[in-house]
Amino acid sequence: MSKSNRQNTSYKISFLDRFKMAISLHKKNAANTLLDVLRHPTNSLLTILVLAIALALPTAFYVFSSNAKAISSNWSGGVQMALFLKENVSQEQRAEFIQELSFRPEFKEVVLIPKEQAIEDFKQQSGFGDALDYLDENPLPDSIILTPYENHSGAAMLEKLAQELEQNPVVDLAQLDMAWIQRYQAILEISQKVGTFVSILLAFGVLLIVGNTIRLAILNRRDEIQVIKLVGATDAFIRRPFLYTGFWYGLIAALLAALMVNIVLLLLQQPSSTLAELYNSGFSLMGLAPSQTLTLLAIGASLGLFGAWFSVSKHLKDIQPT
Amino acid sequence: MIEFHQVFKRYEGGHEALKGVSFELPAGEMAFLTGHSGAGKSTLLKLIALMERPTRGQVILDGQNISKVKDRHIPYHRRKIGMIFQDHRLLFDRTVFDNVALPLIIAGVSDREIPKRVRAALDKVGLLSKEKQLPIQLSGGEQQRVGIARAVVNKPPLLLADEPTGNLDPELSADIMNLFAEFNQVGVSVLIASHDLALIARMRHPVITLKEGRTIRNELAEAAFDE
Repeated sequence: MSKSNRQNTSYKISFLDRFKMAISLHKKNAANTLLDVLRHPTNSLLTILVLAIALALPTAFYVFSSNAKAISSNWSGGVQMALFLKENVSQEQRAEFIQELSFRPEFKEVVLIPKEQAIEDFKQQSGFGDALDYLDENPLPDSIILTPYENHSGAAMLEKLAQELEQNPVVDLAQLDMAWIQRYQAILEISQKVGTFVSILLAFGVLLIVGNTIRLAILNRRDEIQVIKLVGATDAFIRRPFLYTGFWYGLIAALLAALMVNIVLLLLQQPSSTLAELYNSGFSLMGLAPSQTLTLLAIGASLGLFGAWFSVSKHLKDIQPT
Repeated sequence: MIEFHQVFKRYEGGHEALKGVSFELPAGEMAFLTGHSGAGKSTLLKLIALMERPTRGQVILDGQNISKVKDRHIPYHRRKIGMIFQDHRLLFDRTVFDNVALPLIIAGVSDREIPKRVRAALDKVGLLSKEKQLPIQLSGGEQQRVGIARAVVNKPPLLLADEPTGNLDPELSADIMNLFAEFNQVGVSVLIASHDLALIARMRHPVITLKEGRTIRNELAEAAFDE
């Protein structure tokens, strides 16, 4: 290049200026795309609503299943084991066995219910009071009620314990009334797996919806993208506003989803506490904790961002200036 | 500034747009590229801006073999070139000011600098008073001058123009050409593809004539030979 040309070479830009401009570009992109989304609500509202529903469903399911889990954890804390003793067991054998049980580390509480007390209780509670007086002898055995510590109240553990105790010569039968808890937990587990699967599908759906929305936005601005490429825009420069758009879609949809779930929870609060009262339970419906709401927002925003990213990296290459 | 060495360009489908073109445009020179439509003028300009890659041969810009420029560096390559098109290629939803500011925003020029430089460029093309208007409110000649302002705002060392006066009447065309000559006078290299032979003849700058993808006359080489 000749000397006369020197004055004409491109402006030099310092690194600091570049950095400052990059920051200010990001701010502008973020603000402009947000305004764009908000300013054209008819364009974006439908998409955002669909996204919000897709995010609200797994969220509601999550809240539902953590409530269900909370209920069942209360129950398993109350699991008890009943040992019915053989009829010919002497007082000494019985006392010895009780002592042995109370030394074991698994049990919080060991309570003997002698057969005399058992029949009294039964008389009072069953309403057969007078009828029972006609029996010649007490048909009920002595029993011991065991309350395990929480860390020993797992279903499998208790099952093993019951089998072991049944081997003891003084024990006739060890009864563990937890089949229904197991069933409940099994159903819960299945529904959790289904829920996880459906959530993954819905997350995938969110990616596709955002991806498709961004694809349309890219095609709409095809000419503009060609022009900007011609005047030297890098892919990153062109990509950025689309990524921000995806991000806003995801974030706003997540906010809306949180709102939807909270409204549903609010509507359920009254009936659920009535139900809990009927069951004499102190259970109260758990809502979305602030940290869970934040997680939802983060998931929504990143799904939006990634959906946009996939779309942009796929479609931007196809647009070249001609 | 620009060197072509035995450059061939064959498009997919077999059409051979350039068949061994060689020429050299010295830095600070202004030249015209002419020939019938389909002679290869546009292809030649596209090769310089890396909108196309040559099938064979070398294109050298400012001492650099541009076939070595990787795809992801193409944007930086294009910032060294101001391009002007027959159809202006303006963004019609943005004001004149925003259109001209575009290359500066892309290059990361600071917000303080941008208005100064945009107004300087608009002043040169005589459109300072229309910065707030939309391109659609301007005449064809004015739109083309916005395109020129956008091409020069970043002060690139090279201007490429593809039929810049294609849609303009003769008087406006002459104005546009004179504008290019002014930029050339301050040291910018200029290559203009045009088939407006009468206008080219009046401009008194070297002419390269293409026919069916070959150079049939190169006044740049003749001028060098004369010296």
